[in-house]
Amino acid sequence: MLLELSIDELAARLRKKEITIEQLVSESIDASLQENEKLNCYISLRNKKDVLKEARQKDLEFSVDKPKLYGIPFSVKDSYVTKELPTTSGSAVLQNYHSPYTATVVKKLQAAGAILIGKNSQDSWGHGGSSENTDFAVVKNPNNLKHIAGGSSGGSAAAVAAHLVSFSIGEDTGGSIRNPASMCGVSGLKVTYGRVSRYGTIAYASSLDTVGPIANSAADLALVLETIAGADPKDSSSSQRPVDTYTKTLTQQISGKKIGLPKQFFGDNYNPEVRASVLAAVEKLRSLGLETVELDMPVLDYAIPIYYMIAASETSSNLARYDGIRFGTGRDKFLPESTRRIMLGTYALSAGYADELYKNGQRARTLLINSYEKAFKNCDVIITPTSPSLAQKFGELLTNPIENMLADLFTVTCNLVGIPSIAIPVGRSKDNLSIGMQIMGKKFAESSILNIAHIYQTTTQ
Amino acid sequence: MTRQKYQLVCGMEIHAELKTNSKMFCGCKNDPFHAPKPNIYTCPVCLGLPGALPVANKRAIEWTIKLGLALDCKINLFSKFDRKHYFYPDLPKGYQISQYDLPFCYDGKIDTEHGPVRIHRIHLEEDTGKLLHKTIDDKSVSLIDFNRSSVPLVEIVTEPDIVSPEHAAVYARKLRTLLRYLDIANCDMEQGGMRLEANVSLRPNDKTTLPNYKTEIKNINSFRFLEQAIAFEIKRQAGILDSEKTVRQQTRGWNADKQATYPQRSKEDAEDYRYFPDPDIPPIRFTAEQIKLLRNKLPKLPDTLLKRWHSEYSLPHKLTAEVLTTAASGALYEKLFQTAKKLGIPANKLLKNILSKKITAPDQKSIEQTISEYQNQTQSDEVDSKQLKSMVKQILLDNPDIAIKYFQGQKQIIGFAMGQAMRRLPKNSDPVQVRAAILAELENKK
Repeated sequence: MLLELSIDELAARLRKKEITIEQLVSESIDASLQENEKLNCYISLRNKKDVLKEARQKDLEFSVDKPKLYGIPFSVKDSYVTKELPTTSGSAVLQNYHSPYTATVVKKLQAAGAILIGKNSQDSWGHGGSSENTDFAVVKNPNNLKHIAGGSSGGSAAAVAAHLVSFSIGEDTGGSIRNPASMCGVSGLKVTYGRVSRYGTIAYASSLDTVGPIANSAADLALVLETIAGADPKDSSSSQRPVDTYTKTLTQQISGKKIGLPKQFFGDNYNPEVRASVLAAVEKLRSLGLETVELDMPVLDYAIPIYYMIAASETSSNLARYDGIRFGTGRDKFLPESTRRIMLGTYALSAGYADELYKNGQRARTLLINSYEKAFKNCDVIITPTSPSLAQKFGELLTNPIENMLADLFTVTCNLVGIPSIAIPVGRSKDNLSIGMQIMGKKFAESSILNIAHIYQTTTQ
Repeated sequence: MTRQKYQLVCGMEIHAELKTNSKMFCGCKNDPFHAPKPNIYTCPVCLGLPGALPVANKRAIEWTIKLGLALDCKINLFSKFDRKHYFYPDLPKGYQISQYDLPFCYDGKIDTEHGPVRIHRIHLEEDTGKLLHKTIDDKSVSLIDFNRSSVPLVEIVTEPDIVSPEHAAVYARKLRTLLRYLDIANCDMEQGGMRLEANVSLRPNDKTTLPNYKTEIKNINSFRFLEQAIAFEIKRQAGILDSEKTVRQQTRGWNADKQATYPQRSKEDAEDYRYFPDPDIPPIRFTAEQIKLLRNKLPKLPDTLLKRWHSEYSLPHKLTAEVLTTAASGALYEKLFQTAKKLGIPANKLLKNILSKKITAPDQKSIEQTISEYQNQTQSDEVDSKQLKSMVKQILLDNPDIAIKYFQGQKQIIGFAMGQAMRRLPKNSDPVQVRAAILAELENKK
């Protein structure tokens, strides 16, 4: 299968005229249509005719100086508005909603020549870590169909894992890219807040939402990031900082770099198989010349309450526009998990409670930021497991809201602090479920974490 | 006399739409009152569509600070926008982007001839869309026009310093003059470009503490109504206090037909707006140097001019405020009044004629044109009777039909004669006088 190859390799073969874009896209749309029956990883797929027509046109216009993403098939989470297909954010509230405009991230990819195949399933509004909180069919884990694919960007991770597209754009507010990437055994990048424009992203929690890619390798992630990163005049929270050439720094020397290991995230109360795999991967990095240092970050114990206070408050506000007056259906269509978060946030922002809840959440967020700043004085990157557990069976998280919240335990801090983090697969459990490790970096140090992940991936393959 | 037992405690909240080219948080045209059709100046941002993000209008922020500086305010060097939540069909996001605890300007002051009014704060926010309730095909429908959605809106809040209904009106007029003079707002009251709200309560004359209640009179769209509404409230509240009852905390509206305020909603069940900083808009920071630059760019303020016009030409603020629209118009009218004085023309009469559109305003053509029209008009009010008589004679001579038809009973022929006469006379000749002259001449012919 062509789509098992790296984007670099595909770009090379296109240039050598060994393959055509039509061939590549044809494989992608056929596999997507077929596998979606089994995996439910798409909410909507483009018409095959249209996609092939676009591919043929691109074959005609192809030249060697085109961007590497030219002709590469991709998908996006259904939380990105696109003119092409409906945008639902996984919710019946937006069933059949068609956006009159396209999100910046999709526009940038299309401008580079990448070809949109379809839009991926997700937990509605990003509310969840299993992709089960949806009004559409639930995504299945390509590694084991009895298990969840993780979430909320479960459809994106599953589509990449099943090689239906070269990459997918997920959305990460508390771990929604990294968690499903980990569970499906692919690579996912949560970027620094402000690195990629949020314009056209259906907001879950605006101060935490980040736009990032899911792909088969750190090298592919670097390539996509180079295309989608950068300032956007339509998003005032996007950074003016110049974009690094992530693909150029992938192979830099990493020996001598220091890895911080927060002891709070390596407790023996978490899944032993996960812990063992991640520690083995850390050992591998040590063998490549990296050093490790243990970190004590007690404020991490409060990460989940801080996250839910802020995320719920912001989501209660962001979802206020879905009133069914101008578009979409009524508010009665919100599912229980979203209703719960809206109510929680409304309460946390109410007069008389906001000081104790929302504002204290913000103060604690500052403590968390300080704690990370301090930690990064002693190390270059921080490594933790991506998820405290293995991919659950269907229904296990959905029926247990607290357990559902704890699934984000290791990932939410990056969103609260605003730092980048890459999730990469480091092994399989005895039941053949993927185990993931995340490497967090300093703000805007995407190049550094992509570099380490790439070296790890190329030396372990 | 109940009115003397109590003292008015009144503060005002005034909203004015800024006349920036584009809207507050998007690039859409800001011209809601002249839009040829509803919902044409809209985009994903001001329609609150999924995924859209606000980007603050820099000029609107600078203009707010300009206003603050003109009102002697302090400026917050660190400020931010907050979300104010409530559900209403004309509010597409379910929240209004406003400013909560860190407004751009605070602690200012404005002097009026009825006493000073302290400015509590000035903040910037976005306007809402507009609801239209109509009947189409026998069905009552509510329509929404989003042309106004997200138009920049400043809110100027005073301290409770207003001591009389007249004081309130004078303050509001003066603020409008300033907004126009600074060239940042049109303040079209009828269209809702400037909206007045008064918080009214009474306290016994011997007390200085704030009353424990207030009524809010909302959406007043004229200075006259403002005065009337406050005067009405004073009477109403004094009556309640006299009977030793408590005045209810309320929002009230003004009914101009009934000349009375009426309850709109009770303040006890006031909404909780759940304010929090808008995470889509980074906080705004200014340096002291940037504020200094803005202060230096401020034109000479209209107050100086208004005072001079009052003392020099005995022109009341009520009239001058109408024409003192910009710094340029200030200079123009100053020159007009000077010229008029030299020619012995009373400035007061001249200005009234301009305001009632009897003569062309100087900014439309020239000072000379205005003056000469004024002179023509005052002279031609009464036509020289001898001259008129000979002219009418000539008309009747030239048109023998007139007399014949008149005596045959076709009285409407007078209209034709009038037309002939008026065409030969100056524009503003008195038609009653002309008609009388024609009739007299016809009677002579009998």
